[in-house]
Amino acid sequence: MSDDEIVLRELSDDDLVEQMKDDLYDGMADEVLEGTKILLERGWDANQVLSDALVEGMRIVGVDFRDGILFVPEVLQCAHAMKGGMGILRPILSATENSAKIGKYVIGTVKGDIHDIGKNLVGMMLEGAGFEVIDIGINNPVENYLAAIDEHEPTVLGMSALLTTTMPYMGVVIEEFDKRGILKELPIMVGGAPLNQEFADAINATAYGRDAARSAELAKALVGRNH
Amino acid sequence: MGAMRGHKPDSPRLLVIACGALAKEIVALRAQMGDGASAMTLQCLPAEYHNAPQKIAPAIDMILTERRDEFDQVLVSYGECGTGGALDQVLEKHDAQRLPFAHCYEFFAGSPLFAQITDEEIGSFFLTDYLVRNFDRLVIRGLGLDRYPHLRDLYFGNYRRVVYLAQTHDISLESAAADAADKLGLEFDYRYVGYGELKSAIKAATDAIVEYGGHDHVRD
Repeated sequence: MSDDEIVLRELSDDDLVEQMKDDLYDGMADEVLEGTKILLERGWDANQVLSDALVEGMRIVGVDFRDGILFVPEVLQCAHAMKGGMGILRPILSATENSAKIGKYVIGTVKGDIHDIGKNLVGMMLEGAGFEVIDIGINNPVENYLAAIDEHEPTVLGMSALLTTTMPYMGVVIEEFDKRGILKELPIMVGGAPLNQEFADAINATAYGRDAARSAELAKALVGRNH
Repeated sequence: MGAMRGHKPDSPRLLVIACGALAKEIVALRAQMGDGASAMTLQCLPAEYHNAPQKIAPAIDMILTERRDEFDQVLVSYGECGTGGALDQVLEKHDAQRLPFAHCYEFFAGSPLFAQITDEEIGSFFLTDYLVRNFDRLVIRGLGLDRYPHLRDLYFGNYRRVVYLAQTHDISLESAAADAADKLGLEFDYRYVGYGELKSAIKAATDAIVEYGGHDHVRD
């Protein structure tokens, strides 16, 4: 160990949380994992570790990605680091009484599209925000979304697309939801690199998530609006 | 192509704005175009915009704002290329047109073959001559795989094969493409497609400019 290396266990809680956010930003998975364990050992609630250190860390990452300071490879490193911490927290949260989920979120990439990096980031942030996330994967025709609605009765449904050739299919799905009366009951969020608010409005989506952190915030707001 | 609106009736001018990934191909095509070739000015944008499509429309807007009036015709050698409609808005503003395809893979292969390939295997990752020549720079380093090799499966886990849409018969490129597929852990499929619809578009534009030069015109 070099003289100036930071020993996480020697840090105060506040300094440790700040350090974890820095480590997450730098994609240091082992350090984020260790910090998560230390906070739990110190009696921190798993929800608080998740929100104060991991989700807040990823929110900062999301802002810097949006502003062109971080790029996709670095964001994926950060997500990898967050995933390590969440791997410890998830079973605790599942077993804890006070971990009541704020809603169920069905998420999937649309038909013709196999790109799921954005969807996975959003799923992670949603989980961090307290949603039970049902990920139906990639290349989903409308039938898959309908089946997931029947099976899981979600609070919000999200669709993702990376390609300009596949994003119009979101409109097809929403139109089918509308025909079946689903659109009145279920908020539909859309996201993906080539999308914008104008497109989301044109296909009658409830909300457009421009990035993972914003998507989680919007989903929480939609659930609040419904309840 | 936009409507003819020249200022120099004796020497009609064609501006081709292209992705840097097509520069070599368009230069090769220009050499085949006879009289029209001398009327063509080629201006390329960085090929790196392939990974940052949000930069394409603003860059083309800037070029057309500065240069549109110097030319009688403009051909924008881009597909939609992930701009989410932004490129089409810019082109409408400047009375210019792009190639009517989603991206270069589609205009090299042609729409029927491209659809057939993706129908056969949705997890097809496409390479062109340019992308093979620049694979390490644009794919390996561009996606950070040199620094974070473990991200490979995150990026490519849903792909099953590399499809190399070759513009030229070049054994060394074919071999490099096979190596690229190997680096990504994917199967390899080679298809010679030539210049496809890019050739038709360049030919149509240069033919039109030659025809335009053969008529009398009134200045705007």
